[in-house]
Amino acid sequence: MEKLVFERPFIKKLNSGMPSKFGLKTRMEPITEIDEVSVKELIDKYGSPLFVISEKTIRKTYKSAERAFSTRYPKVQFAWSYKTNYLDAVCRVFHKEGAWAEVVSGFEYEKALRNNNPGDQIIFNGPDKSRKDLELATANGSLIHIDHFDELYALIDLAEKSEKKPKVAIRINMDTGIYPQWDRFGFNYENGEAWDALNRIMLSGNLDLVGLHTHIGTFILSADAYGKAAAKLADLAVSLERKYNHVIKYIDMGGGFASNSNLKGAYLPGSDTVPGIDEYADAISSALINSAIKPDNLPLLILETGRALIDEAGYLLGTVLANKRMADGRRSTILDIGVNILFTAFWYDHNIRPAQPFSEHSEETAIYGPLCMNIDVLREAVDFPPLKKDDRVVINRVGAYNMTQWMQFITMRPNVVMIDEKGGVHIIRRNETIDDLVSLEKLPPHLK
Amino acid sequence: MKIKKNIAVSESGFVFDPSTGESFSLNQVGLELVELLKQGEDFDAIKKEILEKYDVDEISFEKYYYDFINSLNQNQLLED
Repeated sequence: MEKLVFERPFIKKLNSGMPSKFGLKTRMEPITEIDEVSVKELIDKYGSPLFVISEKTIRKTYKSAERAFSTRYPKVQFAWSYKTNYLDAVCRVFHKEGAWAEVVSGFEYEKALRNNNPGDQIIFNGPDKSRKDLELATANGSLIHIDHFDELYALIDLAEKSEKKPKVAIRINMDTGIYPQWDRFGFNYENGEAWDALNRIMLSGNLDLVGLHTHIGTFILSADAYGKAAAKLADLAVSLERKYNHVIKYIDMGGGFASNSNLKGAYLPGSDTVPGIDEYADAISSALINSAIKPDNLPLLILETGRALIDEAGYLLGTVLANKRMADGRRSTILDIGVNILFTAFWYDHNIRPAQPFSEHSEETAIYGPLCMNIDVLREAVDFPPLKKDDRVVINRVGAYNMTQWMQFITMRPNVVMIDEKGGVHIIRRNETIDDLVSLEKLPPHLK
Repeated sequence: MKIKKNIAVSESGFVFDPSTGESFSLNQVGLELVELLKQGEDFDAIKKEILEKYDVDEISFEKYYYDFINSLNQNQLLED
């Protein structure tokens, strides 16, 4: 006789008090496969923990975002935000779909070049661009988005000594009604600093002002704020044309669109509160089309959205290391996934799902990572089925920021695989080994 | 290790403790263990029965069994 599946025995106290506002609990389904590839096989072959990227999901998400904007506005260009996920394979999927590159450091700029992006299709943002970075970007005809006056003057100086005119835009921060207002990057719109910077660029005569850029914040849940921002940039474009008879080529609305992840402290899940990409597209396109910009001069609309394009395509697979009972009787489950590789656990209440079928029983559980550090908490309290040691779990929506902000701390960074559109699995970043790490270290002679 | 005599357990795993008025739910394995305990079976007999029926090794079972007993104790379902 075939034996029955053993589930850890447990007893749960029933509370007959007031039901929560949302009534019955949501039924959780296991994630047993990703793009028809079995989670169990992935872990057996590539180890645990394991990051998995679905190429199919990247392309699908990109196409739907592209469609949302291009059906509302005549000229649209996406630029892939490298800092969100700069694994080469991921970047190349976006570039193959038609995205330019958006980088914020010399290192990312080099990566964009190595990924075969033409210089004039790389947008260079951020407050940290060295003289060497600026020279290289100017020589390559890249789009340099100026962040502060020191950079502006450095560029004017560089342009005087260079044969090529740097192609520039300025980053503009502004009040769009959202809190907190981001004002640390770029020049302020309301206090006139942005206009001041534009005047200096136009009067310098040796910089080619090609665009205007803003990035109003991150995980912005109000599409309306983008409409306000686009309207303000359009006003500046109109003023530039009126005063200098200069037509800018593009308006770059940056990124910051939210993904469906659940922010910590949020009352409702992300899937209920996050605007769809169509709402962002509608707000931005309407503001530009309804502005005073002449129809013939409508600028190219550039978008640098990162999180909303990649979060959904990333999964993190892991294994249960142990179960414990806390002093107050609560269950805790320890996974081999720590906050060192799942950096976004600091911001989100991640959706952690078993990778194998389970019964309908569940109990309040604290889910911890493997680090011997008190901060290593994935979920403080979640209604979770009783998993056993060696059971597998899947955390979805982890494609953004984790594979760039992860830390080599206590444990090594694991393999990252990509499942291609035909179901083929490829390692796109191999797991670190102790040799990788110690190869960077040097011992002084007296300690050898 | 004895479970309180007056505890009512239904076939579906619903547990009622008349002395406190509290109720609990058990999963399938939990239910079987409570029933075996109610019948007064000792650990070895219970282990034999579960290992024959379920796909679990001896060490894992022992680990989960004692954790389960702790939960029963925590919920004051065991006799002093």
